[in-house]
Amino acid sequence: MTDIALNPAAPASARPARRDIGLKRRYAAERRFKLYGITAIAIGLFFLVALMYSVFSNGYTAFWQTEVNLAINLDPKIIDPDNKRATDPNVLLTANYPILARNALAEKLGVATTNKPAMRELGKLFSEGVRGQLRDLVVANPSLIGTTQNVWVLTGADIDSAFKGQIDLTVDQARRKVSDQQVEWMNRLKSEGAMSQRFNTGLFTYGASSRPETSGLGVALIGSLYMMLIVLCLSLPIGVAASIYLEEYAKKSRLTDIIEVNINNLAAVPSIVFGLLGLAVFINFFHMPRSASLVGGMVLTLMTLPTIIIATRAALRAVPPSIRAAALGVGASKTQMVFHHVLPLAAPGILTGTIIGLAHALGETAPLLLIGMVAFVANSPVTPLDPSTALPVQIYMWANEAERAFVERTSGAIIVLLIFLAVMNITAIILRRRFERRW
Amino acid sequence: MSTLMVLVIVIAIAAAGYFIGRQRAVSKEGGNVKPHSLPHYHGWWVFLASALPAILFIAVWAAGTGVYLERSAIAELPTRTADTVIASQSLELGMVSGIARGLDRLSDAERANLPQTFAELQPLLASKGVALATEGQDYMIPIAAEWNRNTAWASSIGGIVAIVLALAGAAFGLSGVHVRARARNNVERVILGALVAASAIAILTTIGIILSMLFQTITFFQSVSPSAFFFGTVWDPRFAAAGSGGSQGQFGLIPLLAGTLYIAFVAMLFAVPVGLFAAIYMAEYASRSVRSVVKPLLEVLAGIPTIVYGFFALVTVGPFLRDLSAALSGGYAFIQAQSVLTAGIVMGVMLIPFVSSLSDDIITAVPRSLRDGSLGLGSTKSETIRRVVLPAALPGIVGALLLTASRAIGETMIVVLAAGVAANLNINPFEAMTTITVKIVNQLTGDLEFNSPQTLVAFALGLTLFFITLAMNIFALYIVRKYREQYE
Repeated sequence: MTDIALNPAAPASARPARRDIGLKRRYAAERRFKLYGITAIAIGLFFLVALMYSVFSNGYTAFWQTEVNLAINLDPKIIDPDNKRATDPNVLLTANYPILARNALAEKLGVATTNKPAMRELGKLFSEGVRGQLRDLVVANPSLIGTTQNVWVLTGADIDSAFKGQIDLTVDQARRKVSDQQVEWMNRLKSEGAMSQRFNTGLFTYGASSRPETSGLGVALIGSLYMMLIVLCLSLPIGVAASIYLEEYAKKSRLTDIIEVNINNLAAVPSIVFGLLGLAVFINFFHMPRSASLVGGMVLTLMTLPTIIIATRAALRAVPPSIRAAALGVGASKTQMVFHHVLPLAAPGILTGTIIGLAHALGETAPLLLIGMVAFVANSPVTPLDPSTALPVQIYMWANEAERAFVERTSGAIIVLLIFLAVMNITAIILRRRFERRW
Repeated sequence: MSTLMVLVIVIAIAAAGYFIGRQRAVSKEGGNVKPHSLPHYHGWWVFLASALPAILFIAVWAAGTGVYLERSAIAELPTRTADTVIASQSLELGMVSGIARGLDRLSDAERANLPQTFAELQPLLASKGVALATEGQDYMIPIAAEWNRNTAWASSIGGIVAIVLALAGAAFGLSGVHVRARARNNVERVILGALVAASAIAILTTIGIILSMLFQTITFFQSVSPSAFFFGTVWDPRFAAAGSGGSQGQFGLIPLLAGTLYIAFVAMLFAVPVGLFAAIYMAEYASRSVRSVVKPLLEVLAGIPTIVYGFFALVTVGPFLRDLSAALSGGYAFIQAQSVLTAGIVMGVMLIPFVSSLSDDIITAVPRSLRDGSLGLGSTKSETIRRVVLPAALPGIVGALLLTASRAIGETMIVVLAAGVAANLNINPFEAMTTITVKIVNQLTGDLEFNSPQTLVAFALGLTLFFITLAMNIFALYIVRKYREQYE
């Protein structure tokens, strides 16, 4: 029996006071500390959202391009004034096609072709790209000459921006790139349904161009595709072979130690150094062609190799030793054990690591700048030896252009790149979820 | 005979060897003696014995004759005198090989009556799609023709030898097929060799990096003294105007190094608290469900290519900071759009996931018992973290921060777009500075003249960068490794 039980009505003050251990202060510190953590995460997520918002709000419009529908009369008097096209193939190539489009537009808007200043304004409504478009049309089918064709023609970049509402039309017309007259024409064409936004296939097919509306990712996509194929074909076998040796065969020795440290270091070497290596060895020493996706692919292979080796070794290590013991126990040789039993079980992990390595290589820019992939390539590369660019390099080149329309294109290209990366990473995650085995 | 065709023939011979070898092994089975290897191992051994030496020979022969023929073409060039038109021998050689490439595309009839002068040859080759330099000389044509003839000779001799080698190898392999032959061991030895070769590539890459940059750097130091490079405070690589002292540009590393370290410092100043607190919150406070959402989202930041960050800095962060500073000071934008601050903040954002995921791993690796002990003594969670968990994790975190810092120093695309190109030496973070990586890119894009110090300096910069990051990585890995051993 204690005192307390005997004397339940004892005043509270008789109890020894709790020693003041600053609980209030300490709990406040606790709450503050937690708040710091939440703030830190919020900052990180805020920048993620800001970055995504900045890219998508600038870029989603790039997937639509304003075009104008013209009934173009392919007048033989303008295309071939001297009537020599049967003998001289150059006539069709060098004809003055923009005039045709201008006349068609003038007719549509009721502008007299003799009104020179108005015609000049009119000519800026559509893109110079119309020259190539009509030329291809006529060269492919010369019998069209003399007929009238309904053609969707790209508008100029400024008109495109104005049409999308990206140019502030309340500003005085001398200080913006489209005149009031052009805006009026634009609105008239819009209400007639002759000018509208259509899906921008050119973004995915055109090569380099100094005009925003006719420049696209065509060359860059092919270049990146070639490079990814080269990286896959080289780094997967080499990476897997190296990891098998290090993980399954190599005895712990000085040499394997050096190789290990080496691989870990290579994984952390700045990517630009690989570009210097490619420039000095592949281009300067072996005289491989500059700007070729073959060289780019090889440089990216060297860069991706450590990532793949580290992932593959982790996957091999995750295969339990009992599998190896069982295989050896029924009489398999070491090589058979590795290739018939361990490797198939490690395959999902290897694949995941490879895809993540490839995604990394796809977004890499710096080494490619040094081996000359910053090139103005207008024609699609046929083989990996032809000059080409890559998706991130194209983004870099467009980012250096000042025009508003290029900012839109750049953001559009970034969206394309991010979608590719998202698809690759999600594939890797699905593969891992689907095939991951816990032993 | 083209190399590709020889290669196809060799592979075909080897493939035939595979089938014959397997067949032969099958036919020899069935006695009382137990066969040592499965039939397909015999097949593969024949394949390897046939293809491997032949392909190695093709590679060595192609490289060797290439070098030899180039040497002999150089020997045939007229002796260089003071009034030789063409600036350098390598340029001369390039022209000859250009002509040789062009001659290859001509038909036999055209080659039989080859024009004797360069002036006639040039339009002919241009019509075949080979553009030649304008200052080609007449004497180059016979040399080029000779070169082509020799190349054709060499490749046909090489082709024949390779095919003979393939046949001999196949015969050797086939003759060795019998019941007790150890074909599997032979094949496995070759496989092991291939595995060793693959892992040697990692070492070769490092050696390649060091050697390639070292040679260019040594050439660079022949025209610019190392002390002027390492201790120079002015970066101005253009040739100085004639008569204004030396004809050299100035290649001072200091402003670039200062810019690099400054920007990396600003980035770390931003990334370390944010990343570390995020990691602590996720490791110690967050519920499982919050963690499973927030962690991948933060890691998305690590997966975004750096060029995207660069663009973000260029079109969003830079202008925002400039406008903000203009609004604060009432008109005058004291923060430039391209500045240390812009580059630092955006790079910091990029580094957040590195700091947080590396520290997260290290914090979760601290044993539960340490936390339980501290909590059991009555300390609050934050006190446990600050007084027990973090000190225990400190070496690992320092290693992680070093790795992150080395990434910040080697980062290229963000600084190329956001930091500016002016090599200033100042301490104002609101102004533009430039970095080592930016200057490497600047010096090496565009037209290259490979022997000028303007180009070679990029390799010296690269080597400096390589060694700085290498030292940091090795030190970081050493710390991380040593720390990891404590609790395992």
